[in-house]
Amino acid sequence: MNANHPVSSQTNPSEESKKMLIAMVSIGIFCALLIVLVYEGTKERIDRLRTEALEKAVFKVLPGISNTRMFLLGADGNFKPVEAPDGKSQVVYAGYDDAGEFIGVAIEARGQGYADVIRILYGYDPHSQTIVGFYVLESKETPGLGDKIEKDENFLANFKALSAKLDPESTRIQNKVIPVKQGGKSNPWEVEGITGATISSRAIGNIIGESSSVMAPLIYNQIETFNVNPDSK
Amino acid sequence: MSTRITNNTDKKAEPSSTDEFIKGLWRENPVFVQVLGMCPVLAVSNTAQNALAMGLATAFVLLMSNILVASLRNFIPKQVRIASFILIIATFVTIVDYAIQAISVDLHKNLGAFISLIVVNCLILSRAEAFASKNTIGKSIMDALGMGVGFVLALFCLGAVRELLGNGSLFDVAIFPESFQEWIIMILPAGGFFTLALWLIVFNYFKVKKAKG
Repeated sequence: MNANHPVSSQTNPSEESKKMLIAMVSIGIFCALLIVLVYEGTKERIDRLRTEALEKAVFKVLPGISNTRMFLLGADGNFKPVEAPDGKSQVVYAGYDDAGEFIGVAIEARGQGYADVIRILYGYDPHSQTIVGFYVLESKETPGLGDKIEKDENFLANFKALSAKLDPESTRIQNKVIPVKQGGKSNPWEVEGITGATISSRAIGNIIGESSSVMAPLIYNQIETFNVNPDSK
Repeated sequence: MSTRITNNTDKKAEPSSTDEFIKGLWRENPVFVQVLGMCPVLAVSNTAQNALAMGLATAFVLLMSNILVASLRNFIPKQVRIASFILIIATFVTIVDYAIQAISVDLHKNLGAFISLIVVNCLILSRAEAFASKNTIGKSIMDALGMGVGFVLALFCLGAVRELLGNGSLFDVAIFPESFQEWIIMILPAGGFFTLALWLIVFNYFKVKKAKG
């Protein structure tokens, strides 16, 4: 390709580099400005759409709720009701039914998948001590293979009543949620994987396992904190 | 790749701007004739919807980068032209990424991994190098539109066949009856190669037939 563009030998080499530098830097600045403009212009809408998607997802992972309320997990391990996330601490969403009864908590969790970090939301019901719903918020898993974790009905059926039972002292999970092979599920705390999406489906099992072993005991022991009617703020 | 690019440079005396548009659709179709940008073609054409969205996003980046490269063509020194083109292309890919996120979270969820792949689509770089850097803005726009539409069409041809055979549906609407045994291989990477090969056979058949006259 270079043959078509012979380097001009007449001009001074330092002149040449100066021209190159000016061209690259000005294109760089122009492009950076363009990106910043678009980023600033779309940021508000993207944030709003993301929050909307997250709120919609809360209703998907906690069946039967009609109202939600945000709780913030403080550094001391206690939940506090908040209006908006502070951007640092973990936030969970408590769901309430029509009568204002506390149903369960939607928890956001993330972990390494096959392609990139997978962000999920799952619903935990402390009354029955089970995981009752699951939704993928963000994933870059291979289309047609890894993205089955969002669509495969057999896989999603795992999360209708996945056991996250605590031990008799209620301090830790008795049997941590673990992934198993497709067709290998024999205990209520096992997540049956997908053949053809082994890594992605195992990742989901592990993400929920890690997250629920921390969150389930915290939520279960503070169930009273969540037992407030969201309308009586 | 380089032999493909030179195909475009041996132009006949001053083609009209309609010619610049039409050539991308058929005679120099980026996928079926130039066989460019194979990475997204094979990866994203597993469903008709993905293929169409990816094609449109690519066409937009192609159009914008062609416009910018054509307007800056006398300003960019030859030695750093490739780096400059990549910078321009990457900028518009980032913009497309934000735009799609702002349009719909669900669409972005479906395409997420593919958007950044547009940067490495050699169709865009080759049009910048072989055409926009040597032609006026007007002609470059026509060239980008032609190539863009040609790319969208080609991706759609592949995506439709693969989704139909591999999933029994088109745009997520079931076409074949329940009893249809899906050809799983068609939505896997190998199916992309098979489908592409079949389309190339079709295209070359017509080309040879026309040449024989």
